[in-house]
Amino acid sequence: MSDVAERVKKIVVEHLGVEEAKVTENASFIDDLGADSLDTVELVMAFEEEFSVEIPDDAAEKILTVKDAIDFITANS
Amino acid sequence: MRRVVVTGLGLTTPLGNGVNINWERLIAAQSGIRRIESFDVSDLAAQIAGVIPRGTNPGELDLDAVVPAKDRRRMDDFIVYGLAAATEAIVDSGWTPSDAESLERTGVMIGSGIGGLPNIADGALTLEKSGPRRISPFFIPAALINLVSGHLSIKYGFKGPNHAVVTACATGAHAIGDAARIIQFDDADVMVAGGTEAAIHRLGIAGFAAAKALCTTYNDRPTEASRPWDRDRGGFVMGEGAGVVVLEELEHAKKRGAKIYGEVIGYGMSGDAHHITAPAEDGNGAVRAMRAAIKRAGIPVEDIDYVNAHGTATMGDTIELGAVKQVFGDHAYKISMSSTKSAIGHLLGAAGAVEAIYSLLAIRDQVAPPTLNLHNPDEGCDLDLVPLKAKERKIKVALSNSFGFGGTNASLVLRGY
Repeated sequence: MSDVAERVKKIVVEHLGVEEAKVTENASFIDDLGADSLDTVELVMAFEEEFSVEIPDDAAEKILTVKDAIDFITANS
Repeated sequence: MRRVVVTGLGLTTPLGNGVNINWERLIAAQSGIRRIESFDVSDLAAQIAGVIPRGTNPGELDLDAVVPAKDRRRMDDFIVYGLAAATEAIVDSGWTPSDAESLERTGVMIGSGIGGLPNIADGALTLEKSGPRRISPFFIPAALINLVSGHLSIKYGFKGPNHAVVTACATGAHAIGDAARIIQFDDADVMVAGGTEAAIHRLGIAGFAAAKALCTTYNDRPTEASRPWDRDRGGFVMGEGAGVVVLEELEHAKKRGAKIYGEVIGYGMSGDAHHITAPAEDGNGAVRAMRAAIKRAGIPVEDIDYVNAHGTATMGDTIELGAVKQVFGDHAYKISMSSTKSAIGHLLGAAGAVEAIYSLLAIRDQVAPPTLNLHNPDEGCDLDLVPLKAKERKIKVALSNSFGFGGTNASLVLRGY
């Protein structure tokens, strides 16, 4: 697993208070991990902080799964 | 008119977390006022406060046990305190329905004087330092006062009236009075009502100190700082915490065999129309609030045995005492009146609810809680102010006063059932 993926998953576990095993790459923040719309905003902020990237609102709206986050960060950092 | 009784109590205050520990320590004349240790106070005029003991021991508040750490990002501490007290009250009442009708007939009205001040202060610093994109999506809902009622309704599924009072230091009393009326008007059968506050923060202390409201001369002797009616008093001591009651329509409570602490028989309100922070010197606002509550109760003043005063340890103490004399006449010399703020400080928006609960326990146990630190009553303070030690006596009916900045006044009359 890449370093980015590790760090993304760690943030998701911490912010959503879910078990690590549930945070698979295909897991959807809202459908599988119990996040609400405010949680997803905060998650994106946490990714920005961790990886020193800016995630514009239109890109953030498309980050729905763990894999979406990993892909965006890998491509933009 | 439908009658309203109290069937559940919940408290978290500087004397401890939980109703029993509070009452035990209050009657034992203990103080919850201490030096502030959670932030730097070196440049603040007031360096003491009534702080809730935190931890996992009995009588301590464990925030994690109330709301898991990850969910506390969504709420400032005043919401957590409110949920702690409300949960205790609901468990105490035994009212945890699951059918749709019962849930729709149960409402919530928990207010706060200030709300999420620490959260707003921190958010302002984040904005200044890092810009708007670093402001949390939880910033607004964590600070909004009505979110205590909101979170509680979500937790228990209560779908009745959902409301929140904001009347500074009269909030808790107004919440109980207004919630009782919602039941009287048949808009609900059960209301979870009260007040909460968590404003012990550098900004809160600085603000009240600037308004010259706080005691600043006892920083080295915290437990002696809150001295209602004493000639050496010099302002109030900030406190934090929450008081919540479960109010219930009498027949509804009887039908399910609920334990009944007492009945809310009177509620009166008034406005001073005088000054933003100072009470009217003739005590007229207080007089009218008490008279309105007693009139609503439909009892003669002679029936009242105990008054839990607003008694903040400010200039207002003697004004309130004068107002009580005006309302009670000769009977003023037969009542006992105390200020429990002497033990816990001023819990602002929570004060009225906490003090209503203390009044109900005074009725239950036939004992008036003491006014700590009252060694030398100020001129004209010649009523029984229950100095230093609790006093056993007959208490059938109690009146509890709460007055707030802006000149807002509320009185509750409570009777044993």
